[in-house]
Amino acid sequence: MQIKNIAITPSPHVRSSVSTRRLMQEVCLALAPAGIASVILFGAPAAVIIAASVITCVLAEYLYQRLMKQKVTVGDWSAVVTGLLLAYNIPAGAPVWIPIVGGIFAIIIVKQLFGGIGSNFMNPALTARAVLFVSWNAIMIKYPQTVFLAKGRVGLDAVSGATPLAELGKVFTGAEGASLSNVSLLDLLLGNCAGVLGETCKIALILGGVYLIVRKVIDWRIPVSMIGTVAVMYLLTSGFNLGLTARELLSGGLMLGAFFMATDYCTSPQTNKGRLIFGAGCGLLLFVIRAYASYPEGCSFAILFMNVCTPLIDRWTAPRYFGEVRKHG
Amino acid sequence: MFGKRLFPGGIHPHEGKNGKAVNGLNPIVELPAPKRVVIPMAQHGGAPAKVAVKKGDHVLMGQLIGEAGGFVSAPVHASVSGTVADIVDQLMFNGSECQAVVIENDFHDEWKLLDLPWQSGKPTADELRQVIRDAGIVGMGGATFPTPVKLSIGAGKVFEKLIINGAECEPYLTADHRLMLEHADGIIDAVEIVKEAFKVPEAIIGVEENKPDAIQALREAIGTREGIRVQALPVRYPQGGEKQLIYALTKRVVPAGGLPIDAGCVVLNAGTCFAIHEAVRERKPLVHRVTTVGGLVQKPGNYLVRIGTPVRNLIKASGGTLPETRTIISGGPMMGTAFQDIDIPVTKGCSGILALGREAIDPEESPCIRCGRCMRACPMQLQPQLMDHYIRAEKFDEADRVGVLSCIECGACTFVCPAKRLLTQSFRAGKRIVNIRRRQQKAREDAEKAALAARNAEQQQNGKEA
Repeated sequence: MQIKNIAITPSPHVRSSVSTRRLMQEVCLALAPAGIASVILFGAPAAVIIAASVITCVLAEYLYQRLMKQKVTVGDWSAVVTGLLLAYNIPAGAPVWIPIVGGIFAIIIVKQLFGGIGSNFMNPALTARAVLFVSWNAIMIKYPQTVFLAKGRVGLDAVSGATPLAELGKVFTGAEGASLSNVSLLDLLLGNCAGVLGETCKIALILGGVYLIVRKVIDWRIPVSMIGTVAVMYLLTSGFNLGLTARELLSGGLMLGAFFMATDYCTSPQTNKGRLIFGAGCGLLLFVIRAYASYPEGCSFAILFMNVCTPLIDRWTAPRYFGEVRKHG
Repeated sequence: MFGKRLFPGGIHPHEGKNGKAVNGLNPIVELPAPKRVVIPMAQHGGAPAKVAVKKGDHVLMGQLIGEAGGFVSAPVHASVSGTVADIVDQLMFNGSECQAVVIENDFHDEWKLLDLPWQSGKPTADELRQVIRDAGIVGMGGATFPTPVKLSIGAGKVFEKLIINGAECEPYLTADHRLMLEHADGIIDAVEIVKEAFKVPEAIIGVEENKPDAIQALREAIGTREGIRVQALPVRYPQGGEKQLIYALTKRVVPAGGLPIDAGCVVLNAGTCFAIHEAVRERKPLVHRVTTVGGLVQKPGNYLVRIGTPVRNLIKASGGTLPETRTIISGGPMMGTAFQDIDIPVTKGCSGILALGREAIDPEESPCIRCGRCMRACPMQLQPQLMDHYIRAEKFDEADRVGVLSCIECGACTFVCPAKRLLTQSFRAGKRIVNIRRRQQKAREDAEKAALAARNAEQQQNGKEA
């Protein structure tokens, strides 16, 4: 006798409750503190950019998939993550069409045209940011002051400020008049400094990053090796200047990049060894760009470059399977 | 090397209602023999047995009704005494059909016992192997590989360690747990018989530490015997995988494509040991086994059940399935087989009958996000995401190169996959195709070699003639 309503499915018959959607929601949750901080620091313009970016990304994915008669996958929340990360990489004062153009580029060109979630080889948010950065450079480097710094200032000085990296760069090269005392560690931690809207509040980013590691959403290897490499490089080249090194670590996009962008599953290696190499590569490139190239910040380009190396790293570091006998080993 | 783990990878699958914690407390109950048993001829790995009785024959309990169909095969015995009512094609758990002998039970339970080839208590290796073969004993953990084949130690191989698998790492299953607890003496007796017959210096019984009472019972049964010990193992699936267990207990690695004996080991399941004990001490062939009934049933339990009893009787004894049941499986939830027809008979490898709910229905697959969780879960340290990619792209040579044939189909990768991909299913298909391609490749090479040899011979012939 056959029992009714009984399904025949292949083993295993139990599954973990972790799903793609759950993981993406966890990342959104971990990104929330930095988003809230950005609204506190930069006011309503930050909220507008975040909203525009997230809505554009989700809508672009939805419309593209409907148009192409594909299965609509916006329910996996990955477009929301892309939207948040893109917004966090845009200065708060930018016009609203910037996140819209960026979002469309990220989702359609970088993600969907390469096959959608899991198939893109470069981080969509970062690639879009790089395109915006070179296409509309003037807008993308116009960093507004935080509402706290803007108080009591007038004119241009109240609207836009230099990022701490500019000052630190001068200290690093030993320029005249540059001093570490111009950059307050506390301001760096709290995010009370100029920069793209989501990168400034380091406390919020570190909190989110640690949350993701504790919840086993991301592996510790990439952030630790990336931040560690930057630290080691600055210590070595600055004659173990701890003040400078600490400020470099807490400036620019390093924390946002190390915890949230370099750890993107799809564009980073899967092997343990590979992840250490990838993180170290990101850190090294970031250091080289910051210290010796004409751009003050190199986080995005460092990660994008390592994204492209990911398939190679995975191949080189492929583990030997249990009991494998290699013929020419 | 792997933290608290004793083998790479692995997972902690969860249980639903009526899991190990509940069922581990339920003693083994003998299920009354049914009015008729249906005994399939293909209950083991290898060739099916050949029916050795005909309709109308009177058979005794333990009488041979199916002869082994080859070296890798096992004989089959009547599990009740009575009359052969029919010989039918029976549907099995895995969806295939095989011949089966239907016996009308006369409820006399008259035995036809095994003939032991030795006079005193101590068999030689060959004698013991013969009795195990005559008793129809196969791997009772579920793999059902014929035990005497495992005990046929090839030339140049040394049998140094006898490993007893009492890990029972599948969720829900408690049959081995109860068997080790209630029949520790019988199991240890069998371990000693095998150990002495094959002159093995050391026997290690691996038991997951969630069964402290069974560990205790086995240690008491061992007493002052030398060369046998119980090793408590951390709870981690698939601790009971042959290669994982060997590594955990001996730190020896079975080479890919090899057998445990290549690492000097033979692994026997605790249930198999008990069957050996019954064959040697009581001269009883394999006619029953312990099966766990768990999950969504009214009253879970562990039953000593005659081979050939319809699953229906087990479910009835457990008070029936609960309305939320969505699938019924034979074996554990990680590697077991879902089936629909509850008139399928219990076979030698049926370690459990589980009713599971909605959680057992496969969620929809989504694209791989390359998170690497499958790699970390794989106890064979394979790259499941890569193998799946190759197999779905029909790049079978590549899949072979990255080791798909080493996949033990434990299901750990599929369990952890956040994209809910049917990885294990993909590997089952891929392994089959890779095996076929390997055979074809070998046949081609052999044919080429033969052709070359023939041509050479012809040339020599011509040379001589000239």
